[in-house]
Amino acid sequence: MSAPSVAMAPPRVAAARPPLGFVAGALRVWRRDMESWRKYYRSSLVGALGEPILSLIAIGYGLGRFVDLGGVSYAQFLAPGILASAAMNAASFEATFGSFTRMTQQKTYDGILATPIGIREIVAGDVLWAASKSVLSGVAVLAVATGAGLVHSAWALVLPAVALLIGVVFAAMGLLVSSRAQAYDFFTYYFTLVITVMYLFSGVFFPIESLPAWARIVAWGMPLTHAVTIVRACMWGNVGAILLVHAGVLVAMLAVAYALAVRWVGRRLIA
Amino acid sequence: MSAPIIEVAGLRKRYGTAEVVCGVDFTVEASECFGLLGPNGAGKTTTIRMITCFSPMTAGALRVFGLPVEPANHRVIKARLGLAPQEESLDPDLSVEMNLLIYASYFGIPGAEAQARVAELLEFAALTEKARARIDTLSGGMKKRLVLARALVNRPELLVLDEPTTGLDPQARHLVWERLRELKRSGVAMLLTTHYMEEAAQLCDRLVVMDHGRIVTQGTPADLIERHVGREVIEVATGDDPARRARVLDVARPLATRVEALADRVVIYANGDSDVRGMLATLAGEELVHRRATLEDVFLTLTGRELRE
Repeated sequence: MSAPSVAMAPPRVAAARPPLGFVAGALRVWRRDMESWRKYYRSSLVGALGEPILSLIAIGYGLGRFVDLGGVSYAQFLAPGILASAAMNAASFEATFGSFTRMTQQKTYDGILATPIGIREIVAGDVLWAASKSVLSGVAVLAVATGAGLVHSAWALVLPAVALLIGVVFAAMGLLVSSRAQAYDFFTYYFTLVITVMYLFSGVFFPIESLPAWARIVAWGMPLTHAVTIVRACMWGNVGAILLVHAGVLVAMLAVAYALAVRWVGRRLIA
Repeated sequence: MSAPIIEVAGLRKRYGTAEVVCGVDFTVEASECFGLLGPNGAGKTTTIRMITCFSPMTAGALRVFGLPVEPANHRVIKARLGLAPQEESLDPDLSVEMNLLIYASYFGIPGAEAQARVAELLEFAALTEKARARIDTLSGGMKKRLVLARALVNRPELLVLDEPTTGLDPQARHLVWERLRELKRSGVAMLLTTHYMEEAAQLCDRLVVMDHGRIVTQGTPADLIERHVGREVIEVATGDDPARRARVLDVARPLATRVEALADRVVIYANGDSDVRGMLATLAGEELVHRRATLEDVFLTLTGRELRE
């Protein structure tokens, strides 16, 4: 959109410092989120870490005694799934309820947009922040699982990075949902119809091989299935090149969700 | 003379079929305070949103600092601009000081320099005591001052203020005005919207009155008063007595520039040529107020008295 040539003065020489680049900008947004979280980190940590750890204990050891998978204990089977789903939940909550609050009620995004930082950096910073919470949750579950003797491979050392990858994928998806939400109620649909379905049918609680063929195809369309597969391989130590394919699927999903989130958040704020 | 800070020509904004800004032209010169006045829904905020890169224009030409307002220039323009929006967008989970520090980081201002700048701004906004306070413990006036301080973090060449004192008590309002005059003296150009005519009279070198997306008039405050309502106003309280009202109107009509009959009052506008003394003598027994004309009279004359909600 170029302006018609009205008699106007030539540009003045810009005196201000050059605007930040993409990465620097996104990190400033990340830091803003981190600083405002620091006040509540105790209650936030209890919420984010308590649930997965309790699930691991109650289901893994309680229910697990009645489950025979032939070879591995149920707790051993379950721990990777709990780690992956804890990462999913942490990012999903932050990128929906948290980001939506910043986008609407608190007008945080509008405040940032009045500065040289743009929509892309805001979305990237918020995604990265939500994924940081996934790393925290993932590390906590990993610590408990290690303490309980459920980790059998040094590959577990890459799991914080895997939790980050899971986090950015689900954060970008959450932001996408937030960009279309009119009210908090909207997230009920997302959590019930998408997140809970993934939690139950992505191989967290039972191997997806036990599903009918059509359901297995659906399951492979869900990011959590790929996430659980990667985490399980790293915890158990049966790492292979196929994991790169699973990671590739997650990266592709991230790319699509991020691009759409940037576009839709932009439409919402710049009108 | 240096180049204009803002140049607006034939600016339009349409949402669907509704045109909310319908061809607006004005320029804001360096070091000038320029006011956008108008009732709710006049298109002031939309105009500001277009100037501050928050809303793409539908048609027209728009330059800020000589740069066309288009996506490629947004960052550079915003780096030199300070925006104090109408809707409060402070970070509720951060302290007063942290709000400013984080904001400074968005401009890439390095830590030590940001610390110094923030201390200076807290002083300027009379918030030094409140540096560590939570946002929800601040009064309305403090929040507005913090929003103003935040808009100054990058030492902007242009400050855009959308209703900077709405909702403030007189003390708080006067403090904000004082600070804005100080900034004006230091050479910062300002564009402000307001509903308060006194605010416009106090701060603006020039202003436009907008209504229904168009500019109704523009000029200096004194010029607009002279041009649209004259110098003096006599308001006569007539109650609901039709005879009394008729008598007042009979006296006023031949002598005044313009007469307005309201439900319980008659408002008489007079300029230098009108026989104000004669009118006052004739209306001696009436309950009346004789005052100088203000921008508020201009505003009501041009945009009418019916409610805009």
